[in-house]
Amino acid sequence: MALIDKHKIIETNATILLALSFLVVTIGGIVEIAPLFYLENTIEDVEGVRPYSPLEMEGRNIYVREGCYVCHSQMIRPMRDEVERYGHYSLAAESQYDHPFQWGSKRTGPDLARVGGRYSDDWQVDHLTDPQSVVPESVMPKYGFLLNRMVDGKYIEDVLRTNRAVGVPYTDEMLEAARADFAAQADPDSDYDALLERYPGAQVRNFDGRPGISEMDALVSYLQMLGTLVDFSTFTPVASR
Amino acid sequence: MSKQPVKKKKDEVGTTGHSWDGIEELNNPMPRWWLWTFYGCVIWALIYTVLYPAWPLVNGATAGLLGKSTRADVAAEIVRFEDANAAIKAKLVETELPDIAKDPELLSYAQNAGGAVFRTWCAQCHGAGAQGAQAAGYPSLLDDSWLWGGTIEEIHTTISYGIRHNDDSRFGDMLAFGRDELLTEDEVAQVVAYVQKISDQEHDAALAAPGETIYMDNCASCHMEDGKGEISVGAPNLTDAIWLYGGDDVTLTETIWNGRGGVMPPRGGAPESAVDEAMVRAVSTYVHGLGGGVQSE
Repeated sequence: MALIDKHKIIETNATILLALSFLVVTIGGIVEIAPLFYLENTIEDVEGVRPYSPLEMEGRNIYVREGCYVCHSQMIRPMRDEVERYGHYSLAAESQYDHPFQWGSKRTGPDLARVGGRYSDDWQVDHLTDPQSVVPESVMPKYGFLLNRMVDGKYIEDVLRTNRAVGVPYTDEMLEAARADFAAQADPDSDYDALLERYPGAQVRNFDGRPGISEMDALVSYLQMLGTLVDFSTFTPVASR
Repeated sequence: MSKQPVKKKKDEVGTTGHSWDGIEELNNPMPRWWLWTFYGCVIWALIYTVLYPAWPLVNGATAGLLGKSTRADVAAEIVRFEDANAAIKAKLVETELPDIAKDPELLSYAQNAGGAVFRTWCAQCHGAGAQGAQAAGYPSLLDDSWLWGGTIEEIHTTISYGIRHNDDSRFGDMLAFGRDELLTEDEVAQVVAYVQKISDQEHDAALAAPGETIYMDNCASCHMEDGKGEISVGAPNLTDAIWLYGGDDVTLTETIWNGRGGVMPPRGGAPESAVDEAMVRAVSTYVHGLGGGVQSE
């Protein structure tokens, strides 16, 4: 009972209680969180995953701004039914450059982790403009206004720089060319070789089929690349992961 | 939790010795059921960490005695279903497409599996009932009008290659006759009137007359002189009442001015791991059986 009696000292001294509580929480944190930063299976690098191109990043920011994550997850769980419906289960690496990640926690609409390439650009524009025109049973709101909001990438370099500050490996060259790349990706007549070198697998198209770069262009460019970076015909999962 | 009031008196259980302004804390023991549940949970947690992956070490977490791995589980589960379907899927791939309908068991499998594939990968554009979204350019698959052909082989090719996805098959856009200055504004109006004439709609006869010449010079190479279209280039029949985008003045003008080139991803955008050759054949069978399917020659 001697140890129990000592407990009284802690309980009657708020400062010691606070200090020791903090100590306990710290140990818990170290055990639970710290390994995530060094264990191989939580930081696996997967070939093909790259930082977002400037236009995709703009689209991602619109995705976050409009709260798409409230209804759409980006996280295919490792279960047969999900894999058959959406494709290969999501890998940690596929959201390694997401700040913040868009895993979501609830699906009112379908998962979007691999929506890239699943629909034509026209469908994406039609569907975002008036979801019920193509999917009558949908409860998704309309986002047609995106077509009328033009973007020029004025601040896109700052956005990339901010992402670099939190660990996304954007190079100086990428930052310098950010605005040029932003414009080039939405213009198939531009000289986009350098863009493709910096962002392999980036899709260059006039996504909304209209002149100028609208928020629709940016959002569709983001949606069309989601889940397309890893080539799963050559990817072999390590079973322990 | 207990509804019964504490029966024991203060002098029976004693106090903890804590006293705040004369209020003393009785030293009643925890209820036994609660205490044993608590101990049980602690023991359960320890056993669990031995059986399942748990403790993080320097090079990795402990694997657990059961060798549980979510990734291995899902791979095994997929293999289990693949094995179960392997025989009939192999048969589906070996059978000539028109012959699938001759084998009731194979047909039943193909239509059910194809229906599931359709609802997963095709319904978003073509509609849950395959009715399409006509004015938006997503064709109905229920009628007899086919852009790229309605035999099961043609449907199979369309699904395998997609539409205007690459240069292997199913390519060819309608030109932007107005935007690219192939026709003037007046000429476009004339050919619109002519198209309305051959599709039996109300039209301006004065415009349609010169429109016929323009049609023959510019449009007939794909849509044919009789306007009935040509499936080898995906040119729709202009003489019927079925419109992919619309047969009114505004839509026809838009179509001719800016051209059209609807895109369909191969296999409905599904990766080959999700929709393999057997499943493409299954969904071809399903679509062919919806009502508009044309008999193979």
